[in-house]
Amino acid sequence: MNPFTLVVVFIVTSILGYFIIKNVPSLLHTPLMSGMNALSGITLLGAIAAVGLSLFTVESETRLLGQILGGIAVIAATTNVVGGFGVTHRMLKMFDKKKKQSKS
Amino acid sequence: MSETLYYIICVLLSVAVLAGISLMSKVKTAVAGNLISAFSVLLGVIITLLYKELFSAWTIYIFILIGILIGATLALRVKMIQMPQLVALLNGVGGLASALVGVLSLLGVGAGVNEYPVFANVTSVLAIEVGLVTLFGSLVAAGKLHKLLSQKPVVWKNHSAVLNGLMFIIVGVVIFTLFFNDNSVSTYLVLILSIVASSLFGYAFAIRVGGADMPITISLLNSLSGVAGAIAGMAVNDLMLVSVGGIVGASGLFLTQIMCKAMNRSLKDILLGKTSVDKNSPKADKSVMVETPEEEVHGNEDNILIIKRDEGDIIRSAKSVIIVPGYGMALAQAQHLVRTLADKFEENGAEVKFAIHPVAGRMPGHMNVLLAEADVPYEKLFEMDAVNDEFAETDVVIVIGANDVINPAARNAKDTPIYGMPVLNVDQAKEIFICNFDLQPGYAGVDNPLYKKEEGVHLLLGDAKESISNLIDRFD
Repeated sequence: MNPFTLVVVFIVTSILGYFIIKNVPSLLHTPLMSGMNALSGITLLGAIAAVGLSLFTVESETRLLGQILGGIAVIAATTNVVGGFGVTHRMLKMFDKKKKQSKS
Repeated sequence: MSETLYYIICVLLSVAVLAGISLMSKVKTAVAGNLISAFSVLLGVIITLLYKELFSAWTIYIFILIGILIGATLALRVKMIQMPQLVALLNGVGGLASALVGVLSLLGVGAGVNEYPVFANVTSVLAIEVGLVTLFGSLVAAGKLHKLLSQKPVVWKNHSAVLNGLMFIIVGVVIFTLFFNDNSVSTYLVLILSIVASSLFGYAFAIRVGGADMPITISLLNSLSGVAGAIAGMAVNDLMLVSVGGIVGASGLFLTQIMCKAMNRSLKDILLGKTSVDKNSPKADKSVMVETPEEEVHGNEDNILIIKRDEGDIIRSAKSVIIVPGYGMALAQAQHLVRTLADKFEENGAEVKFAIHPVAGRMPGHMNVLLAEADVPYEKLFEMDAVNDEFAETDVVIVIGANDVINPAARNAKDTPIYGMPVLNVDQAKEIFICNFDLQPGYAGVDNPLYKKEEGVHLLLGDAKESISNLIDRFD
């Protein structure tokens, strides 16, 4: 893909991201932060590609490097994603639980 | 899978992520929003495996499985009180992943033939740098929050010069990559320089930040980790990384801005470390004021009570109550007792509100999470602007482990770091109960004149749990 396109995509999504959370109540700042934190683990996709593609190369040195560094990257990113979404879910459930109780 | 289909799916997933985040900004739909975001990432993984034909790369599954185990353990085991450091830690780990993707891309490992080598190399270097600044900044932040490191700001001699020098190297490496990118010697030089300089920069930048600025720092690092992901996406030519990273980076920055505004500070000052470390403010003057009036102290237990009037009467006759929680409540894990106290007041016919300062605690919304854990209905939680005018008509204000955010000195003590920060108008209330551990100044290091005020101020020093139990007992 053209670098220019990628930069444009980055700018457009940044503007969208900026506006989309404009009216968040402070109650949700922490879950929102940890949710977005989990989303930043999206770099997992890049790590997966690196591990996968390097596994199929013929040069053993490149393959080893790709598996070690890429493997750490995949583990780190997955930890970020799973831990982040898990913790966010736990936090949000607390708000939810309380809501049901106050209704009953 | 055809290229067009892949791009269409990428756009759809990005829209789903946007929808997820926007759903998360409302209490009712937040759980669904979080699940949508999580599902989008899962789908992104599957699409990537399909598009790049990597289903047979078995090692990926092993690595993912290890990551899931670590992540799930962290998410399930961690206590609510440890949430800030966990968020910081996860953030750093995400930065590490982006940096590694940058390293691999720069070394040409696992990358296809690239039509734009200069662009790929420059973005790789940037991904390494931003990712490592995120990693080391987050590690220091997590360490400080977990008390592995001193929470006080650490300032070296020539700290700014060191940071500027490192920044010079960081930028210099990027410019170098722009022009020289074709032999392996320069590649390794670039790699080593960028790794060392950005790691040191992340460490040096975060070590200087004191506890009071930690919420802003974490939020900023959160934003940075998104940017790191986006730049890594540019390096490896991955549309979804770029778009989601951009969304996270921008919204994180916006959250940071909200907090900066609340503290009346500019982001630039915090980046330059001009905030909680105000060396010019006269420390000596302040410490003189922090003397516990010993003749009033009844030190029979761990808890020291300074009794001036019949506090039981005041509490029982209160018709309007505002509770102001701070980091001390988190430290003492007193949120459940606070809830009990609020219930007691309500049984007694009083109206109870919770006033939440935007930067109370160590991360945005910290108090909200803790009070939610104790089942305090969120309708009772009020933001500063919504409740600040009501203090003057309030019978009793109960402060639990808050200091800087209620410090009236912020309005007039010009030479202090908190000067100009909006504070809760606690001092206007008729009766104030302050359940703080001691009379030491808060993180900003500014003494609170409320402690010296005789009229209508009741100090309950010691562990917040005991102080609150004490208050609860007075209803019986």
